[in-house]
Amino acid sequence: MAEFKEAPAGASMGEQLMTWVDNRFPATKMYKEHMSEYYAPKNFNWWYIFGSLAMLVLVIQIVTGIFLVMHYKPDAALAFGSVEYIMRDVPWGWLIRYMHSTGASAFFVVVYLHMFRGLIYGSYRKPRELVWIFGCGIFLCLMAEAFMGYLLPWGQMSYWGAQVIVNLFAAVPFVGPDLALLIRGDYVVGDATLNRFFSFHVIAVPLVLLGLVVAHIIALHEVGSNNPDGVEIKAKKDAQGRPLDGIPFHPYYTVHDVFGVGLFLMVFTAIIFFAPELGGYFLEYNNFIPADPLKTPLHIAPVWYFTPFYSMLRATTDPMVNVLAGVVGLGAVLTVLKGNFSGKGKIATLVIAAVAIFLLKTFDAKFWGVVVMGGAVVILFFLPWLDHSPVKSIRYRPDWHKYMYAVFVVFFLVLGYLGIQPPTDIGTLIAQVGTLFYFGFFLLMPWWSKLGTPKAVPERVTFHPH
Amino acid sequence: MKKLIATLLLGLGLVSGAQAAAGGIEWDKFPKEKMTDVAALQNGAKIFVNYCLNCHSAAFMRYNRLRDLGLTEAQIKSNLLFASEKVGETMKVSLDPKQAKEWFGALPPDLTVIARSRADGAKGSGADYLYTYMRTFYRDETKATGWNNMAFPSVAMPHVLWELQGQRAAKFAEEADPHDASKKVHVFKGYEQLTPGTLSPRQYDEAVGDLVAYLQWMGEPAQAQRFRLGVMVLLFLAVFTVFAWRLNASFWKDVK
Repeated sequence: MAEFKEAPAGASMGEQLMTWVDNRFPATKMYKEHMSEYYAPKNFNWWYIFGSLAMLVLVIQIVTGIFLVMHYKPDAALAFGSVEYIMRDVPWGWLIRYMHSTGASAFFVVVYLHMFRGLIYGSYRKPRELVWIFGCGIFLCLMAEAFMGYLLPWGQMSYWGAQVIVNLFAAVPFVGPDLALLIRGDYVVGDATLNRFFSFHVIAVPLVLLGLVVAHIIALHEVGSNNPDGVEIKAKKDAQGRPLDGIPFHPYYTVHDVFGVGLFLMVFTAIIFFAPELGGYFLEYNNFIPADPLKTPLHIAPVWYFTPFYSMLRATTDPMVNVLAGVVGLGAVLTVLKGNFSGKGKIATLVIAAVAIFLLKTFDAKFWGVVVMGGAVVILFFLPWLDHSPVKSIRYRPDWHKYMYAVFVVFFLVLGYLGIQPPTDIGTLIAQVGTLFYFGFFLLMPWWSKLGTPKAVPERVTFHPH
Repeated sequence: MKKLIATLLLGLGLVSGAQAAAGGIEWDKFPKEKMTDVAALQNGAKIFVNYCLNCHSAAFMRYNRLRDLGLTEAQIKSNLLFASEKVGETMKVSLDPKQAKEWFGALPPDLTVIARSRADGAKGSGADYLYTYMRTFYRDETKATGWNNMAFPSVAMPHVLWELQGQRAAKFAEEADPHDASKKVHVFKGYEQLTPGTLSPRQYDEAVGDLVAYLQWMGEPAQAQRFRLGVMVLLFLAVFTVFAWRLNASFWKDVK
């Protein structure tokens, strides 16, 4: 326990009050640790705005969500009408609703960019593995939150999107149909589903999400922020023990972030006020038709932020499963021939590969599609141990590594685009190539990230005064 | 890298090209300027209440919201309401769903947000669709209602505005498929006016334009307010961001 302090004689009321509080709650200590004496590298570039923006959007979603729940009715007979009631009869309801619907998409925009920043600057590498893992957990929660929230307006796309995704769980071997029934609470998506999704959307998932955000920030402030050079600023400190290349988060990065928030809000509000549907990408047109369990829409597409993963699901057709089985076989043979394993290790590799191929051919392609889709997210958790490059930041990697990342981004965007479109032969083929590249990028990273000669990493961060 | 991106973009082009080939007739452009024309919107409301509201409801639209179109409560009451209805009520319809199913084979959909739901990224806005749909009915004795539609083939709804437009027949011709000489395609060759309507074709287009303007407005009555407020918010944010930018610069000038 900290020593009980007395305010100095003649201290102001404010000082006395803070002394009183600090003796009972570490307010000043926390303020220093997380704001005024949290030393962040001074060479952050614009990529570093997206963490703060994600926090801002989280607050927007929670506050607008609170007001939406005051008028929304989680009842299959009333839900659609209650959203229109919010849009028409609740004072400023339309604004709150558009903020929430645009906020959902904005959340994914900033989180994808935030994750990509971490990816290119090696922000997941030692000692920041847990920062990254908590972050991946946040991403997973966000996906659950968005998926369940999307059912609530109870339009055609809400309904059939949920129907399609919940049905995926039915593809799980042995327990699938029961699992899908457990999730829906009914044999089709219905009132029971709407009610439980509402409960998860407004209580369960946000609680976990907030806990993970706190863990993410505590872990980050424990190890300190990475930077575009991937140099540890804590390695070089001044006499007082402050990093030479660090500056206090407050005021330097708070003013930075306020500027960034201004720019972000201009884009965000421009969408809210002038294009809240954003051409059918943020609010799908079909979702202005009330849910009808008897009328399946011609084309069911998830909202844009799920489409890269949805594309991978659709790409996993029977021929694709054969390709995957081939890849597993080839990988096992290469491991046995080239890998530095003992006799037992080689036999184990072959046995595991044989079992994998057997399972691939036994279960339905639909199930493997679900595995591929889930695996595409789960694989992110392992990134800290997949990257074996001697340097952290893309800046000092061999040039062709940059092309690898560029191709990865292009494929991710192409997969996203294809997931919005109805399936076509050529589209499926491109999506299959994209899926193989996505997994190859991560699974082969232990190998390719070591290749090539990295450039010399500087001792101190590179910084040009503004 | 650039080559790679170009190739991928080309791939995307092929995909989207293949998509565009499918689908029905092209949609005409709804005359957007009607959205700011109060007289047109009021006329549209009148047509809507007189013709559409007999079978279709607008269950989330309150009559008194029509005040936003410059109508007074007294005008709404005397011109658009039945004696039993209250001005604060929504536009319900007394059509029995069971009978509707018997008569049309389908339940007439609620029209509150119909203009928002019918948009198609590739073909146009929901208003474009409605503007096309209401102007492409033709006589077709093979259908139960005696009517068919170019924008919505085999639609269950008869041509409600036929007295205004008059009756028309569609002329079709069998032609060789330009892509495959062995096949015939059914080509639309224009309309033939069978009986005149009470409106000239030009007046009819105007009337449908007014009706669609009203449907579009009803889909989101707050839209005009949204635009006005948006301008103010963006102006504020522009000023705010300039101050934030200079504040940031003044702090960071000390960082060497």
